[in-house]
Amino acid sequence: MDREMTNMRWTRKDLLGLRELSAEEINFILETADAFKEVGTREIKKVPALRGKTLVNFFVEPSTRTRTSFELAALRLSADVINISATASSLTKGETLKDTAKNLEALHADILVLRHSSAGAPQFLASRLKSSVINAGDGAHEHPTQALLDLYTIREKRGKIAGLHVVIVGDILFSRVARSNIFGLTKLGARVTLVGPSTLVPREFEKLGVTVSHKIDDVLPDADVVNLLRIQHERQRKEYFPGIDEYIRLFGLTKERAKFLKPDCLIMHPGPINRGVEIDSEIADGAQSVILDQVTNGLAVRMAVLYLCGGIATT
Amino acid sequence: MSATIMRNGRVIDPANKRDEVIDLAIVDGRIADLSAIRNPQSAIDEIDASNLIVAPGLIDMHVHLREPGFSHKETIESGARAAAAGGFTTIVCMPNTSPVADTPSTIAWIKDRAAKMACVNVLPTSAISKNLGGEELAPVGSLAQAGVVAITDDGHCIQNHELMRRAIEYARMVGLPVLDHCQDYSLVGNGIVHEGYWSTLLGLPGWPAAGEEAIVMRNILLAELCDHHVHCQHVSSAGSVRLIREARARGIKISGEVCPHHIALTDEEIQNFDTNYKMNPPLRSQQDVDALLDGIGDGTLSILASDHAPHAGFEKEVEFDAAPFGIVGLETELGLFLDLLVHKHRKIDIVRLIEMYTVEPARLLKLGAGTLSIGAEADITLIDPEMQWTVDVAKFQSGSRNSPFDGWKLKGRAVRTIVGGKTVWKV
Repeated sequence: MDREMTNMRWTRKDLLGLRELSAEEINFILETADAFKEVGTREIKKVPALRGKTLVNFFVEPSTRTRTSFELAALRLSADVINISATASSLTKGETLKDTAKNLEALHADILVLRHSSAGAPQFLASRLKSSVINAGDGAHEHPTQALLDLYTIREKRGKIAGLHVVIVGDILFSRVARSNIFGLTKLGARVTLVGPSTLVPREFEKLGVTVSHKIDDVLPDADVVNLLRIQHERQRKEYFPGIDEYIRLFGLTKERAKFLKPDCLIMHPGPINRGVEIDSEIADGAQSVILDQVTNGLAVRMAVLYLCGGIATT
Repeated sequence: MSATIMRNGRVIDPANKRDEVIDLAIVDGRIADLSAIRNPQSAIDEIDASNLIVAPGLIDMHVHLREPGFSHKETIESGARAAAAGGFTTIVCMPNTSPVADTPSTIAWIKDRAAKMACVNVLPTSAISKNLGGEELAPVGSLAQAGVVAITDDGHCIQNHELMRRAIEYARMVGLPVLDHCQDYSLVGNGIVHEGYWSTLLGLPGWPAAGEEAIVMRNILLAELCDHHVHCQHVSSAGSVRLIREARARGIKISGEVCPHHIALTDEEIQNFDTNYKMNPPLRSQQDVDALLDGIGDGTLSILASDHAPHAGFEKEVEFDAAPFGIVGLETELGLFLDLLVHKHRKIDIVRLIEMYTVEPARLLKLGAGTLSIGAEADITLIDPEMQWTVDVAKFQSGSRNSPFDGWKLKGRAVRTIVGGKTVWKV
């Protein structure tokens, strides 16, 4: 395994997406996360890296696991943390996003972790604030820390990323996880295939340097990693595919389909899982599944991101 | 008698097929024969127009003046000043005000306000449907009597084809052209940017070109069915150009206009989520830009307009999907079109450009404006087609600053705007 520390200096105050990062920067985050992963195995799981800094988890769209992961990551770096959710915030009283964020900055918040339903909201704030802005998911645009923890997990389990064939299955069109994964994986030299119904995986994605397929059975035997995205039918997707039953028939990772996977193929899922929909329950809990490793690694990756960007911001 | 002589300008008057360096006389606010001032009774003002083009006052038939209701964005007064600064002597304002311009009393208010406050001619349009609701026909006959020059639901689009058909038939009876913002709501959905590479990359909701083309096609079919003119506003896609070209070749009464941003910019500009690149219809691909340029070149698209859409800074400085659509355009459009159409791409010459800003809208809207004929109102735009200048939004006369063209270096602009013989703007 090549773990030689890249010789570079981190210069960004914000993490907005993986599209703007170089392969070297992505590797630097992953290498920094290695050190923080070790911290999590200690008796005392806390380091003073961000002591005296204030982190605001500003979630303008509901999320439990990403917010919890960021909160725990910040606490382990000894930062002070406050959580603000959309319903509690003044956004519901008609204050603009810019004004709310400026107010948080006036309270000397050093790091703003933003989850927002609008693509580009983190860019909007990052260019107007001195605080660090960390994108915790913006619309269907990017979810960089999720992709970084996916990359970290692949690298940890397979020893490399370059040359691997990664298959992402599901609702790609509306997925920020898919976009960040596409940018990160292709920069690090993986081969990416997107699988799903033609309505949710339009051909236009091929211009991003990936392959599009609508036949999962053709793709699975050649996969080194299968990343299954949560599929939603209930909200606003009724025109995109006929229903869950047909989705499972055409694209679900069933027990029967899992038999065609290579023995060392990793099965991933960003969660929360719909058991029996995009993935069979037994497969999700099986030997090839690294779904819980992703959650653990998410903590180390987010510590690395907060440490690197938080060290640049000057408020 | 007040008299002015404009000396040594290149007079381009497409309505009279005139293009020559000659003096032009203005007497009591009207274009006069040179003989009328040969033996003047009193002093004559002189304007030196050497090296300048003397054009009929330009007409922008697609402007949002925001009054009544949204005077924090623009007023009839400030919008008219912006028009004058851009070289326009006549502007046609859209009805999406508050209240909506769908009653004779609101039209009367706009006309009264314009008479008192505006330094250029302001011609109102009215909504096609009551309150722009797309469900009931507005009192189009009474609105015609109140003096509107066209009907349009601009910003909205009537989805019910039966209602649109009856609106066109009714408008024909009262002699008003129908202008349409072409957008199929079911195809466009919550789309905000051109559906293509950049919407895919950025995860922004896509606004497919087919959403415009479906309504352009609908309008062609209804223009043919009703034998009446339908004008497609701010045409943005290659498919729309093709449809309009084919329909015009068959003699159907359909036309299309182009806005400068749709030929100056592509959807690549949205990648930094700057809301000054958010407009409706959206910026499209290079292929669409090329088709629009060809459509202007071969006469398929016959009218140039700005879709001047002022918004306050605080309204635009929000998340991309929350921002209102539109940019200001009156003070940059002539410069952009001169620079791009005449100088850079050489799609048309300056005579045709002036024709697209004068004769074409005047014919469509049945206006007396747009000509330098003897006896016409002395609405004149002096243009320096070679002047190099830099767009500076801080110097705009408009009440708003939402332009993506700040800092652009352009070649060609209006240097003097004359309305009824009176100079209302001068560089």
